[in-house]
Amino acid sequence: MKTTKGRRLDAQATKALRQEFLDDVCALPDGERVKECIQCGTCSASCPSAGRMDYSPRAIIAALRAGDLEHVLESDTVWLCASCYGCTVRCPVGIPFTDIMYELKRLGMTRGMLPKARQAAVMASTFAETVNSLGRNNEVALIRKYYLRTNPFAAFGQMGFAMRLMKRGRLELSSHRIKGLDGLRKMLATVDGEGGR
Amino acid sequence: MKKLGYFPGCSLMVTNRAYSISACNVARQLGIELSELSDWNCCGATAYLSLSEAKAFVMSARNLAIAESEGHDTLVAACSGCYVVLRKTGKYLDEKPQVRAQVNAALAAGDMSYKRTVKVRHLLDVMVNDCGEEAVKGCVKKPLQGLKVAAYYGCQVGRPFGEADDPEFPVTMDRLLGWLGATPVEFPVRATCCGGLTMTTEPELGMEMSGRILRVAREQGADCIATACPLCQINLEAYQDRIGRRLGADVRIPVVYFTQLMGRAFGLSSQEVMAGDSLTDVSAVLA
Amino acid sequence: MSTNERIGVYICHCGSNIAQTVDCAALTEYAKTLPGVVVAKEYKYMCSDPGQDLIKKDVAENKLTRVVVSSCSPLMHEETFRTAVEDAGLNRFLFQMSNIREQVSWVHKDKVRATEKAKKLLRAAANRVLHQRPLERREVPVTPEVLVVGGGIAGIEAALRLADAGKKVHLVEKEPTIGGHMARFDKTFPTLDCAACILTPKMVSVGQHRNINLMVCSEVEEISGYTGSFKVKIRRKATCVDNASCVGCGVCWEKCPAKKIPSEFEEGLANRTAIYIPFPQAVPKRPVIDRDNCIYFKTGKCKVCEKFCDCKAIDFEQKDEVVEITVGAVIAATGFETLDPRTLPRYGYGRFDNVLSPLEFERLTNASGPTAGKVLLKDGSVPKSVAILHCIGSRDEKHLKHCSRVCCMYSLKFAHLVEEKTHAEITNFYIDIRAFGKGYEEFYHRLLKEGVTFVRGKAAEVTNVAEAPEEKGKLIVVAEDTLLGKVRRVPVDMVVLSTGLKARSDAGHMAHVLGISRSADGFFLERHPKLGPVDTPTEGIYLAGACQGPKDIPDSVAQGAAAAACALSLIDRTRVVLEPVTAEIDEKLCAGCKLCIANCPYSAIEFDETRKVSVVTEALCKGCGTCVATCPSGAARQKNFEDAQISSEIVGILASM
Repeated sequence: MKTTKGRRLDAQATKALRQEFLDDVCALPDGERVKECIQCGTCSASCPSAGRMDYSPRAIIAALRAGDLEHVLESDTVWLCASCYGCTVRCPVGIPFTDIMYELKRLGMTRGMLPKARQAAVMASTFAETVNSLGRNNEVALIRKYYLRTNPFAAFGQMGFAMRLMKRGRLELSSHRIKGLDGLRKMLATVDGEGGR
Repeated sequence: MKKLGYFPGCSLMVTNRAYSISACNVARQLGIELSELSDWNCCGATAYLSLSEAKAFVMSARNLAIAESEGHDTLVAACSGCYVVLRKTGKYLDEKPQVRAQVNAALAAGDMSYKRTVKVRHLLDVMVNDCGEEAVKGCVKKPLQGLKVAAYYGCQVGRPFGEADDPEFPVTMDRLLGWLGATPVEFPVRATCCGGLTMTTEPELGMEMSGRILRVAREQGADCIATACPLCQINLEAYQDRIGRRLGADVRIPVVYFTQLMGRAFGLSSQEVMAGDSLTDVSAVLA
Repeated sequence: MSTNERIGVYICHCGSNIAQTVDCAALTEYAKTLPGVVVAKEYKYMCSDPGQDLIKKDVAENKLTRVVVSSCSPLMHEETFRTAVEDAGLNRFLFQMSNIREQVSWVHKDKVRATEKAKKLLRAAANRVLHQRPLERREVPVTPEVLVVGGGIAGIEAALRLADAGKKVHLVEKEPTIGGHMARFDKTFPTLDCAACILTPKMVSVGQHRNINLMVCSEVEEISGYTGSFKVKIRRKATCVDNASCVGCGVCWEKCPAKKIPSEFEEGLANRTAIYIPFPQAVPKRPVIDRDNCIYFKTGKCKVCEKFCDCKAIDFEQKDEVVEITVGAVIAATGFETLDPRTLPRYGYGRFDNVLSPLEFERLTNASGPTAGKVLLKDGSVPKSVAILHCIGSRDEKHLKHCSRVCCMYSLKFAHLVEEKTHAEITNFYIDIRAFGKGYEEFYHRLLKEGVTFVRGKAAEVTNVAEAPEEKGKLIVVAEDTLLGKVRRVPVDMVVLSTGLKARSDAGHMAHVLGISRSADGFFLERHPKLGPVDTPTEGIYLAGACQGPKDIPDSVAQGAAAAACALSLIDRTRVVLEPVTAEIDEKLCAGCKLCIANCPYSAIEFDETRKVSVVTEALCKGCGTCVATCPSGAARQKNFEDAQISSEIVGILASM
């Protein structure tokens, strides 16, 4: 676990960030149980990604309590979560940790507090873009845009894979737009006003 | 013919059409018509929840509204990711008045409404628990002759709700395989995560997670792995060489959808279970 | 309204407690305006001797017929003033209190409004007291015998204390022997006393004590009656052995051909015969026949035990016997159960060899256990590495919400025993070390000195899927070392699960039989968690030991002794005063509908077939008021809580000033 580095946020901003996070988390069903965390570490030990995280799931709550949320959001931690729900199922206090991870992702996106290696965040926003333009996801379009934005050279490494799919007719080359796309957009727009959260 | 609302999800349309096609064909044998919702939209999957929970609910709610308007009381999802998001939306709509209000307002903006009458179920759960042993065994024409199968459930069939199956020690697919004449192997990692989207965003992590599943399946002497989610399927079938190089071991193993195995046991043709789509060599399994 | 009654009203200042907020002078003047009030006085401390004398003097001199005191809560001094009134020659139920301290001066700041409220409460009390009638309290004798339910260490302690005090004790135990869970332990923390060595002498004392009527293989089926006079029905199960003739020689269980029955005492790790005693030091040392596994009862053939018994003590025709006793007090000491580790499959119990429950481990290290006290793996070899997992099932909202109190200490004990016997590498996985008792923290330090490794992190799972060569063939414990901030995989040969303590699965049934409640965690509910840990709301029914909540042996013994003291206190009073706040049924108004009988939770009402009316048996009535509320014709009345009394009180509060 890396030690805490210097902060960009001042004391007041740190407090505000922590409060915003707590408020949002407490709005989730059983979210307020995060206050009852006994730091047992079951979540971390159940997490397949924990070994690669700067802050293990349990350490995230410890960091929250220490006012260190800024570093959590800007570390690799949050975007390594594969949302497998292992933590949620085992937490003895009943904290819906996966939902809290989602909340951290959302917080990082809206505040622009992301790690240096932010490809997972790019995947999420690219996914949303693709879906917003079609009403459905198109995997080819998604992957193409994703690699362009993160690591164009890596796309070459995927060519073999793409060819194998294409040979079997599994490459989604044409896009399908849903008929009710306008309606869907109107629906989503009603939520935009509320901070998009 | 019993008609159930069917949500294939985006990845079952082309890339993983084998799952959808084999599922529909097998369902028909069991007397179920999986009736695809008209003009359904993406469920949002895990990615959308990373951006906006409210929007993810709205997206799912539109699908639930369509299902309701088409007269379905059940909506069957084949993809575990879609299943969790749709089910979560249904749950939150039932339990959280604020979410309900927000979603209702959003639906209204698109001239739709949802009265919360639809129950979201996973395909595996429906085929095993609703159809039952007698019905399934009754359709078996070519029993799988002791084929050793590692039943891989992935993380989102049983989690987090524990409704479709147990969150850590699921059994539905194993039971089903027994009815098909196959031998499910002891598979301790059957509900551990394959890595999901991290196979693309954090390949080292994704390959470690999927690699574990492949390795253990081989160690347990399985002839193949059966999956119940398109993302699990593709993670396990598409990178076996790369993973093998990383692990310094041969982890090649046929990976098929459980519905393809059902189709094979029901005597359906290779085409009907889309055997040709597979990226692994399934000739011994789906012949 | 006019009245012939003469009420004396006394306003207490309670020092400055009341006087600071309530204008007592104004209140006293107001009292004089109320109907029936002939005397109204204020005084600094009404509960003091001079204060009480004031009342007594006025009753005599002013010929008072009713008394009202405005002071503190009745819980504090109702008894004091009722006694003073009684001493003055008036019936103690012609008295009413109004609470202007806890309900006024302690909770309000506005003096004007507080005084107004005090006036209303006073008026209510003065109204009510006019409708009150003299009542007589009954005294019933207390039967000087006690029932102790459960023969574990708590029940044994209670029984011995009572028996030594010369009281007759009926000790009812469900199993064939007393001793409870403690009889199965190896060493006890923190002293490492051998459990059997310290317990068996007490068990023998119980067996031999002339004041203790020991009934094993018995269960309490029904308790009726009331404090001081509980009628108990006990079912003595047929053991097929006549305890009077049997001398415990042991030939029968030696000869019994049915030898492969998993022994409950040995937690299934060893076998017993169909006719058996649970362990060699069983008290009473009389075998019982397990009819489900006895060859004779299953097939009609065998009877080897009968053939070899010199005392002719085997009786296959023996039947259950129901005995009835009357006791003055009951002590519930029914104990606990441990959580079944199969409810947490991720720890591998039942799936992997060498994952043990705590009771299995106790039998393993016990010198009289299945391995003669050696810590061995299933294959007979000695483990080189052992993991002990704390908090399995406890502090977990999906299983047992509570902390089970003893697991940290027994986990430390296990670590010590493993170290002593095998010198294996030992790792304890914990969330907190709860070493709260005398010598407990020191014991923890002893373990640290003995080189046991402590990892602060709850084990998330035990797996056999190896990820590295050194993990092959081992059980791997996965936990986050939270102090280090790293997830660790620790391969071991043996895992011991420190599972939690829970209420017995028959606790609900027992609570119903005893007429007591349970707390949210399923254990029996005490009267007050701090001030009444062994009492229940029902006087005469007491609790002792783990049936009230998880606890260690010192606390169980302390509670056993405490419950005995409570029972002795009740018995030595020789008489119990029954409050006359019971229900009565006006014959003239009773329509004979019997709704009250159906609803009475204490079966205290009977139907008189001759007069076709319902009649309350006062001795059984607990004054709950259910029949009064149920009665459609208003025939059922509660003494001292009659309609006129209550409505006049309400009027007193609501009418305008």
